[in-house]
Amino acid sequence: MVKKKELQVAALKNGTAIDHIPVGQLFKVVSLLGIEYLETPVTIGYNFDSKKMGKKGIIKISDKFFEQNEINRISLIAPTVNLNIIRDYEVVEKKQVSLPDEVSGIVKCNNPKCITNNEPMQTRFQVIDKENVTLRCHYCEVKIKKEDIELK
Amino acid sequence: MNRKSLVSIADYSEEDILRLIGVAEIFEKNPNRKLLEGKVCATLFFEPSTRTRLSFETAVNRMGGRIIGFSDAATTSSSKGETLKDTIMMVSNYADLIIMRHHLEGAARYASEVTGVPIINAGDGANQHPTQTMLDIYSIYKTQGTLENLEITMVGDLKYGRTVHSLITGMSHFNPVFHFVAPDELKIPDLYKNFCDKKGIRYHEYTDFSEDVINRSDIIYMTRVQRERFTDLMEYEKVKNVYILRNSMLSNSKDNLRILHPLPRVNEIAYDVDSNPKAYYIEQAKNGVFARQAIICDVLGIE
Ligand SMILES: [Zn+2]
Repeated sequence: MVKKKELQVAALKNGTAIDHIPVGQLFKVVSLLGIEYLETPVTIGYNFDSKKMGKKGIIKISDKFFEQNEINRISLIAPTVNLNIIRDYEVVEKKQVSLPDEVSGIVKCNNPKCITNNEPMQTRFQVIDKENVTLRCHYCEVKIKKEDIELK
Repeated sequence: MNRKSLVSIADYSEEDILRLIGVAEIFEKNPNRKLLEGKVCATLFFEPSTRTRLSFETAVNRMGGRIIGFSDAATTSSSKGETLKDTIMMVSNYADLIIMRHHLEGAARYASEVTGVPIINAGDGANQHPTQTMLDIYSIYKTQGTLENLEITMVGDLKYGRTVHSLITGMSHFNPVFHFVAPDELKIPDLYKNFCDKKGIRYHEYTDFSEDVINRSDIIYMTRVQRERFTDLMEYEKVKNVYILRNSMLSNSKDNLRILHPLPRVNEIAYDVDSNPKAYYIEQAKNGVFARQAIICDVLGIE
């Protein structure tokens, strides 16, 4: 049975429903997934009630199926998110995000003397501790803890 | 990235370090070997460092290579806003090898990714200075006859001193015991203690520079305690004379003890130590040329 609350949002025929997005991160997730450049219908839900989280965000995207590496881009800011892959109104697959071994271009190095902050170039970090989310800048070797991660 | 570049001492395995020591020994016996005939080496010093540049240029000259480059970024197009990438790509058209020093951290790693010409990092800000570490390790090997199982005491600024951090990494292959002697404000960062823990390396921390620790040591590695590192100048005034090595402190030290210092020193080694045969810091600098000759040949694939 489909819950009434869910019906307030257009049901998806085919596509991806992203659920349990922390509300504070919703628009960052939108931007990291490049949703503003899609041409298919998208529903963005903000401040929905959630038993687990209090408030949550959701995104439903028609006719779009993400590659795992695209999904992993949001793992740094929204590790609890799950994705439902929907075909013909049925959830055919559930996906979790997971931290990749390396993060390119998303995070800013917080060392002002790092070459990446002084040269037009991509940042690059190795994820050296997946459990506690610690990154190491591939260039200046500075380590960045979860609470200090700053997105570009 | 081309695999030949030397950006960080962590790029070297235990075997690499031992092989380079072997090559440095050959150069020490005969430094004048024309192995770089017909080769052009660029020394790009975006940040000036006369000592390091002269050591590299001596190494190249003794092997018959030619040098192009600059000793100060003020004279280059990077002062007109040219990117590092463009400078490196331009010089790559001319040189077989690029030796670079830069005030920005990660500059050498990035340079090694934008060119196929091998890069030797001659210092990138507070990050890495791997040829200094190789000359330190070569000095330890020469004076002790081995790198294995040594008691190494590091004194002074262990928080910001990159030579200390790199030496910990480089020596980690050889089962050392480290003694870290530093004031509270400049003690060794947890990062390096965690590294030692992970590698099973024993270490001890002290705020006192006592004869006890001196007498246990095979190597004492002195560093500068700089006033500008202190947030609290009262604290600096309190500790500035605590981490000074004087000749009288060495009377019961081991015969094989040698005292190293990356130089330049300020006042952390009293002048009365200089005449003690255990003082090694001047010869240590001379070893830099041999270590750099070995590294240059290695990155160029010259046997
Ligand atoms: Zn960095």
